[in-house]
Amino acid sequence: MAFKSTASYIATRDLEVAVNAAVALQRPLLVKGEPGTGKTVLAHEVSRALGMPLIEWHIKSTTKAQQGLYEYDAVSRLRDGQLGDERVHDIGNYIVRGKLWEAFEADQQSVLLIDEIDKADIEFPNDLLLELDRMQFYVYETRKTVVAKQRPIVIITSNNEKELPDAFLRRCFFHYIRFPDRETMEQIVQSHFPDVKQELAREALNVFFQIRGVNELKKKPATSELLDWLKLLMIEDLPPEVLRSADSKVVLPPLHGALLKNEQDVHLFERLAFLSRRQPQR
Amino acid sequence: MFATFILALRSAGLPTSVTEHLALLNAMRSGVCDYSVEDFYFLSRATLVKDERHLDRFDRVFAEVFKGLERPEGEDHELMQQLPEEWLRKLSEKILTDEEKQLIEAAGGFDKLMEMLRQRLAEQKGRHQGGSKWIGTAGTSPFGANGYNPEGVRIGQDKSRNRSAVKVWDKREFKDLDGDVELGTRTMKLALRRLRRFARQGAATELDIGGTIKATANNAGSLDLKMVAERHNAVKVLLLLDIGGSMDDHVRACEELFSAIRTEFKHLEHYYFHNCIYEKLWKNNRRRKDTETTTWDLLRTYGPDYKVIIVGDGAMAPYEIVNPGGSVEHWNEESGKVWMQRITRHFRRTAWLNPVPQDQWRYSASTGMLSEIMEARMFPLTLEGLDGLTRELAR
Repeated sequence: MAFKSTASYIATRDLEVAVNAAVALQRPLLVKGEPGTGKTVLAHEVSRALGMPLIEWHIKSTTKAQQGLYEYDAVSRLRDGQLGDERVHDIGNYIVRGKLWEAFEADQQSVLLIDEIDKADIEFPNDLLLELDRMQFYVYETRKTVVAKQRPIVIITSNNEKELPDAFLRRCFFHYIRFPDRETMEQIVQSHFPDVKQELAREALNVFFQIRGVNELKKKPATSELLDWLKLLMIEDLPPEVLRSADSKVVLPPLHGALLKNEQDVHLFERLAFLSRRQPQR
Repeated sequence: MFATFILALRSAGLPTSVTEHLALLNAMRSGVCDYSVEDFYFLSRATLVKDERHLDRFDRVFAEVFKGLERPEGEDHELMQQLPEEWLRKLSEKILTDEEKQLIEAAGGFDKLMEMLRQRLAEQKGRHQGGSKWIGTAGTSPFGANGYNPEGVRIGQDKSRNRSAVKVWDKREFKDLDGDVELGTRTMKLALRRLRRFARQGAATELDIGGTIKATANNAGSLDLKMVAERHNAVKVLLLLDIGGSMDDHVRACEELFSAIRTEFKHLEHYYFHNCIYEKLWKNNRRRKDTETTTWDLLRTYGPDYKVIIVGDGAMAPYEIVNPGGSVEHWNEESGKVWMQRITRHFRRTAWLNPVPQDQWRYSASTGMLSEIMEARMFPLTLEGLDGLTRELAR
């Protein structure tokens, strides 16, 4: 079964190809792109489209590769030993399974999301090389090898904060989610808000791309921000004219808080909008 | 298959390996890309490119290699024969109905048709006519003229989006992400991130032994582990900036860059010099005389653990480096080279950041000499350069 755009997620053709290639060849898919362009959502959509359960592993700066496989809880075993608990004799009682193990042992093939892999230590991807390649690992404490019943579909997202090692990259398919063009964006808006007023959507997109056109912004609004903003606009039931207003006093779009997340950006945009509106009058 | 393409990618500096080549072939075999050129482009991109900085270069190579299909002469000829036939054949097997296949037979067989198609391809030279749509138009027109399923050979054209195949990679949308481009407003942010990463090194947690012992004792012997966050911001940086006239813009960019992450470093000090480092440096260019320090003092004040980043264009007369008295503004007893060597010997990690684009370095002899003194640790002021710089300094 192939992955395709769904009613709720618009995937460009190149993304479809990348996902299908990764699924067909059973290799991990590495997804990069601006924040808010739907990297994490992709995994959810893939799991939905293929009808597989999703296992999420969110990476933090303190996450170790080992934690994805299993953890040996030595401290509680030591405590149990001091308290004379019977469980202490079986070391297997203190092996805590990680997300990768979960995905390997699942009866049904699953989608494993390794979210924001670049947050972890620089050695993290290297430590997972063999596990992702062979889809098996060895548990030293119990002297058992865990082999995947079905190779899970692995989707890895990265925000580019750290360079990933070459050996790791070589084993992945790679896709860079480009910021959607206007046409795609219209489709995305339609798919999320099928009952949005056409005029409102058009005006909102105008404003949105205008804001994105400002190069000096610290954080450019992305798809997720646009969708939040549109939702707000629809809840408030603002007429589309508000967005177009020729009134030179109104320089910021209504509810701009959803789009501009930074005080300096708001000031900058205010200033630019003010300047651009004054010029035609001269 | 595609060996030409892979080699072209490698010679363009993309680290494409055999593994990836095989993966591509495997993916082709498993039928992921449906035998359409656009899909092939997407598939090969997903397989062969692993870094968005390389996407632009990949697009260029792709256009270059597969543009060869229009040119009948030259080494690309072989590729031209290889590629379309195999695809078209499989494609037609997939799409054409039995009736249509009979019609093809009537027209002289499939091979004949392919021959015609290939001729047509070879004839098309101009970029506008055949160029950007070589296979699209070639596909529909010969087939349409012969009265066959025009839907069948709609290669490289996605009707719904009416975006032709070659256009996608000819657009070069990933230009901004190329690591070789000089720092601009967009890349500045990324550069900052690189430097911040440079500033924070080491794992995040470590065992607090003292705390653990105390807590365990308080717990009457049951173990209570205490962890502490490891100190970061341990990196000390000494920035030496060339303040010569031509450097003004670059110096501002560099200062902004480093002062933006000032808080990340434990120590960040900066000094100015002109063209080359001699016996004196100064802290404030406007009040130069008041803020002068001798280079000897500098070496005494800052320990060898400081990482030294020298920022300068390195363009000057060679005698300014090698000859005593070569300085343009004063009489120096010892040559710039001697002073540079003192600095590189004293500090364990030194690197030179050169804002001049790297391909222009060879035009100035002094740049080469400085690079030699620095033992090739000279980096351009680009994302890639900063990567190299931080890697060098962090080692």
